[in-house]
Amino acid sequence: MDLLNYAFMQRALLAAVLVGLTAPAVGIYLVQRRQALMGDGIGHVAMTGVGLGFLLNSSPVWVATLVAVAGSVLMELIRWYGKARGDIALAMLFYGGMAGGVLLTALAPGGTNAGLTTYLFGSLSTVSSSDVTAICVLAALVLLVTVGLRRQLFAVSQDEEFARVTGLPVRALNLLVAVTAAVTVTVAMRVVGLLLVSALMVVPVAAAQQLARSFAATFAIAVALGVAATLGGTTVSYYNDVPPGATIVLLTIGAFVLLTALATPLARRRAAADARRARDVRTPVPQDEAEYDLTTSEGPAGRHGP
Amino acid sequence: MDEPVISLRTVRAELGAKPVLRGIDLTVRHGEVVALLGANGSGKSTTVRAIIGQVPVVSGEIDLFGVDRRRFRQWSRVGYVPQRTTAAGGVPATVTEVVASGRLSRARFGLLRKVDHVAVRHALELVGLADRAKDPVDALSGGQHQRVLIARALASEPELLIMDEPMAGVDLASQEVLADTLREQVSRGVTVLLVLHELGPLEPLIDRAVVLRDGCVLHDGPPPKALGQHALPGHDHVHPHDDADADHLRTGLLS
Repeated sequence: MDLLNYAFMQRALLAAVLVGLTAPAVGIYLVQRRQALMGDGIGHVAMTGVGLGFLLNSSPVWVATLVAVAGSVLMELIRWYGKARGDIALAMLFYGGMAGGVLLTALAPGGTNAGLTTYLFGSLSTVSSSDVTAICVLAALVLLVTVGLRRQLFAVSQDEEFARVTGLPVRALNLLVAVTAAVTVTVAMRVVGLLLVSALMVVPVAAAQQLARSFAATFAIAVALGVAATLGGTTVSYYNDVPPGATIVLLTIGAFVLLTALATPLARRRAAADARRARDVRTPVPQDEAEYDLTTSEGPAGRHGP
Repeated sequence: MDEPVISLRTVRAELGAKPVLRGIDLTVRHGEVVALLGANGSGKSTTVRAIIGQVPVVSGEIDLFGVDRRRFRQWSRVGYVPQRTTAAGGVPATVTEVVASGRLSRARFGLLRKVDHVAVRHALELVGLADRAKDPVDALSGGQHQRVLIARALASEPELLIMDEPMAGVDLASQEVLADTLREQVSRGVTVLLVLHELGPLEPLIDRAVVLRDGCVLHDGPPPKALGQHALPGHDHVHPHDDADADHLRTGLLS
């Protein structure tokens, strides 16, 4: 493990682990709300922030964070007042964010789009110790929200209208998810880059769904896959001189393909076990016969599902 | 016990710029079971969604348990079943996980204690899904999805149940389970307001029917006869115009 001897690799690995933890932890709520591409939208908006940072000659990370937070809040407000359909609003942010980033970078003194590239595709080896401090603080914040408020966020993301009637502050929680996602995007920007950040929010969750039957299990598996992919990708990129961001994303997609292949035989086994269990329950309780007949005749079809 | 649980006074609401509710008056008293009927687009669902605050009201007043809806905070007294064909979201979740979110109105800081877990379990028993507690909701049939949604509403042990088309897409066996569940709630003094497309197996439970047309109340009284007869499975339409000559004094339900 000679890679641990280098300070820059220690920082890179720490940043990678934190991103692997936080990105799927936020992403699961976006996927649950069927807004899987929201992270990508925020990533594009953050590009404008990076451009603005170049122009103002200040830290692109912090300016990107501010702009991404503002963009995510705007996106939430558009959704809220229903001024545009969700996908249209998202498209506007994609194109506007990217165009803004390129334009502002070109306007910056000495700015070239080559400078933008390190933010688009990540540059793990240049993570400084102040970056690591910022990443640690932001990651702690993200985990506090996504784990500490998991029941509330689950309810709001599962069924917003119902959550309102349980008295939850639905708007505040939606904004909180949006802001947390924006923070995660800028945290992950150095590791996988703005263009690939959304993959780390969505693909581990999609892969976990192939195996899990509960939200809690999906969360746990997605975070484990995220950490494994970021650590694995960083290590592979160190030994083989390939870009870490792209390696990490391809590893998560590999995990998705593998778990999808495993899912069908697993679902068959579970369906068989359920059918056995239903038979066992049915025999001693004759008055429930009608109901179990229905469930067993419908059950396997449903369980084989995606 | 005659205190109004829900009270709407000349409520107007718009969707986009289109007026959907044009001065709705509606009072539901303690222990009553009231059905909101009407054709598609008559404003049934909008009325219910205005009551829970999901649709903004242009003018008029809405009270819940005698408190202005905007200041109402005791949401654990209300159980809501939104109009859904599925209880599933974009991520797998078990039946228990979905139903437990209905308990959040009674949980402090989102922490579920033992009593909350017992209530969730009880809600599942009420709809006959206790044996599916650990199953993912994706694996359920349409009728079972609706039972999950109702269990979620019952998890907070509400005094008022508001249901938007709870029978939509529900097979007969599940309709019977739902009717039994509702009967049990009504016998415990729970007040019910439900949007229905047809009365169906719930007809004997309904005290009063409010028929809407074009955002106005057309009829407020005993369930219209024509609706009752046409509420057999297979009839998927309502005849609000029939109620004008319906025999309003047909039943003694409204006494």
